[in-house]
Amino acid sequence: MNPSLAVHLGLKRAGINFAASVPCVNLQELLERLDSDRDIIHLPATREEEGVGICAGAWMGGHRPALLMQNSGLGNCINALASLDLLYGIPLLMIISHRGGRGESIIGQVPMGRLTVPLLEALEISHISPCPAKAEYEIFSAWKRAESDCRPAAVLLDIDFWRGE
Amino acid sequence: MKRIEAIILAGQSAAEQNALLICNIGYPSRELFSVSDRPENFYMLGSMGMASSIGLGLALARPERRVLVLDGDGSVLMNLGSLASIAHHGPENYLLVILDNCCYGSTGSQPTCTRLGTDLAAVARAAGVRRVRRAESREELTEALLGQGVVVAGVAAGNADVPIISLSPQEILGRFMRCARPAGRS
Repeated sequence: MNPSLAVHLGLKRAGINFAASVPCVNLQELLERLDSDRDIIHLPATREEEGVGICAGAWMGGHRPALLMQNSGLGNCINALASLDLLYGIPLLMIISHRGGRGESIIGQVPMGRLTVPLLEALEISHISPCPAKAEYEIFSAWKRAESDCRPAAVLLDIDFWRGE
Repeated sequence: MKRIEAIILAGQSAAEQNALLICNIGYPSRELFSVSDRPENFYMLGSMGMASSIGLGLALARPERRVLVLDGDGSVLMNLGSLASIAHHGPENYLLVILDNCCYGSTGSQPTCTRLGTDLAAVARAAGVRRVRRAESREELTEALLGQGVVVAGVAAGNADVPIISLSPQEILGRFMRCARPAGRS
């Protein structure tokens, strides 16, 4: 299963119709898919925190939002996740390219690679790490959880995922 | 112009335009709540810097609704990238009003860089926003509130003596979303 296609199908199955993004090389194909998807409004953000704010506004206006980003940007959005989404009870599907783990070639990715799961757990934001074959259903389930719990949910997609493993 | 005078004008204009109004954290939200509370107002209680971004997402989600944002100089300086996003992706139903009092008014009036000469209208123009206006008087602000793009309104430093907002975050969001969502959607 093509990993970018699997994520795209998961977003569609979840009914996601609004996305903000800050790019990662692993998100390249997925971002192109979103740009050509007429059912999804896709907005490139300048910073991940801005994306959290944009997605919160889209939710208020009746859309189902996803934020696509690299895990290096998770630290940039902690305050907005905590004092906007978690404070008010605003759902968000976070599709996160999880760099800095096994197979990482760039040493600068390693610190946030290690901190990603502890930060999400400190925020009490649920996280899953599906394989491509199960990504469509698990992304759908993650959104359903976000919507019913009125809080963000994270999907972590590591280097193995993007290799199709 | 006192800031609360600008907020009174913005609240009146939002009501007349049947607009959704996103209001910045701190005293601006408290002042708006005390002078012009409507369920169509979203009061920020946290996430400093996010007002313009929340409004942008909302305006894109509801292109047929008028969306106003009341922001401050300190908060815009914290999220300057938002001006570039507004320039290139902001829809026609969106207006960002920056109430520039040259200080962090809710934390003891420490000066921001606009006190030292940073010109947020020029920054917005340089970011690519086509419609940028300055408003120094009540008359200029009243007219500018009907426009689109970005308005930088000069206001005096100082907060009005107003209480804290007596609504929970869930109450603020719940009543706002009943106004902001398309009819028939819960």
